[in-house]
Amino acid sequence: MIRMEYYLIVSTIMMFVGIYGFVTRRNLLAMLISVELILNSVDINFVVFNRFLFPGELEGFFFALFAIGVSAAETAVAIAIIINIYRNLRNIQVRNLREMKW
Amino acid sequence: MDYTNLFPYMQAEITLIAVIVLIFLFDLFAGERARRQFPALVAGLLLVQLLVNILPHGSGQLFGGMFRYEAMHGIVKSILTVGTLLVCLQATPWLRREDTHHKQGEFYILTLSTLLGMFFMIGAGNFLMFFLGLELASVPMACLVAFDKYKGHSAEAGAKYILCALFASGLMLYGISFLYGTTGTLYFDDVAQRLNGSPLEVMALVFFFAGLAFKISLVPFHLWTADTYQGAPTAVTAYLSVVSKGAAAFTLMTILVKVFGPMIASWQTVLYTVTVLSITVANLFAIRQKNLKRFFAFSSISQAGYIMLAVIGGSAFGMTSLVFYVLVYLAANLAAFGVIASIEQHSGKVCIEDYNGLYRTNPRLTVVMTLALFSLAGIPPFAGFFSKFFVFAAAFRSGFHLLVFIALLNTVISLYYYLLIVKAMYINPSEQPIPAFRSERGVRISLVCCLAGVLLLGVVSAVYDGINAFAFGL
Repeated sequence: MIRMEYYLIVSTIMMFVGIYGFVTRRNLLAMLISVELILNSVDINFVVFNRFLFPGELEGFFFALFAIGVSAAETAVAIAIIINIYRNLRNIQVRNLREMKW
Repeated sequence: MDYTNLFPYMQAEITLIAVIVLIFLFDLFAGERARRQFPALVAGLLLVQLLVNILPHGSGQLFGGMFRYEAMHGIVKSILTVGTLLVCLQATPWLRREDTHHKQGEFYILTLSTLLGMFFMIGAGNFLMFFLGLELASVPMACLVAFDKYKGHSAEAGAKYILCALFASGLMLYGISFLYGTTGTLYFDDVAQRLNGSPLEVMALVFFFAGLAFKISLVPFHLWTADTYQGAPTAVTAYLSVVSKGAAAFTLMTILVKVFGPMIASWQTVLYTVTVLSITVANLFAIRQKNLKRFFAFSSISQAGYIMLAVIGGSAFGMTSLVFYVLVYLAANLAAFGVIASIEQHSGKVCIEDYNGLYRTNPRLTVVMTLALFSLAGIPPFAGFFSKFFVFAAAFRSGFHLLVFIALLNTVISLYYYLLIVKAMYINPSEQPIPAFRSERGVRISLVCCLAGVLLLGVVSAVYDGINAFAFGL
């Protein structure tokens, strides 16, 4: 049986890879993917805690299910907005979003 | 499952859902002539919803503690509904325009959905409910920010908003997951009982705080604010700066007090730093702004810092002063945004220097704007003075003397930049001032309401006493 720590290591790495990607990527879609990594690492956390620490309950599983659904809805809206930016600017590089600064 | 208590405790939410459904049906089936009455219909429905729920009643909980109602929640929900009603009135001329005319229904439905999300966020008794409420409040908000589809600014603002919102909710969820890992439950009461202040829980607290601080736009998490406020349609900016911020601030206080109460020493340190940073940094940035909407973005960040002064003590007095501050801030800020929206609608101008000589052409709007700015700055006879006073008193009573002193110094700075606009309107000469115009009926009604709030809220002590009767703290 795989121990809980290994799952947590994976989820922590995913979390911080996501944060790093969000800060360094210069493409809106890549930023969106980084955020998805963060959200998925949270799902892993919830499921692992529930499975190993509180096996009699279901709260963590349900939270993970809801989090997946909600993040899908958020991604849909984000992609719609990104498509709208593409229609306005003809690309989705962050450096072109500089009309409003400071 | 017992549904008998559903109506007294969830009344505000159920009636709001009914309003949304009615608006949706009207949007689907109404003819071209009936649609002209759309703003009046929405205002009427919201007014009915407000009047039905305005009286707070006894507290209780539903669904095994998932959702709870307290008299204070009822008051905050009524305040938020008033704010939404005023914003809907102010949005009327903008929604009559050629490019937004056919999207009126969408605007109202999205706005009311975010309001519904805030209601659930306020009434949550479990982190899952809270998370769903928060997302219901922020996803339609992103659609609203990007509402002007053919304007690059609006889309840019929308992208900045939704990406930052996703990032913040990711951080917040990460915090909640460790809270779950250490306590084994998501119900607020149970979490509060099982917290022991271990380092892992402090980390969870910080991550969680970051997520909500993003919604309130406190300083290390404020970077989206100015861009989003500038790019969003003005009515949406007003909504973001008042209703969304007020709901998040109140929720932050309830959760810090009710859930993280045992860890008060940890979060007071965090709040102290964040408050000083928000007030100071936002004030300094506000001075150099040229665009009024950006200016009000930074002003709203510093106002959020003042609201945190009420939270930091965690006392019942702090809760009263927070709700009162939000109410007064709502009146003053919506008055200012009403004027900005009206002028933008008629002349397309939003820069401070465009307002030069406004007093000669539009004296009434100028007076409204001036009184709103005085109230925001906290000059005595107006409501803003009293709300600031109570907030400072709450922090002072909890022993944060230095913090109150820093905030007082910053009030002086804020007076300077608020008066810059007053100076532009009254004193600065202008070759081409904005021509005189008469604003629409909806805007006039909302401006009169806001003005009444600015003038009366501080003087009529019944308002403060009414809120005070229901406050709770540590």
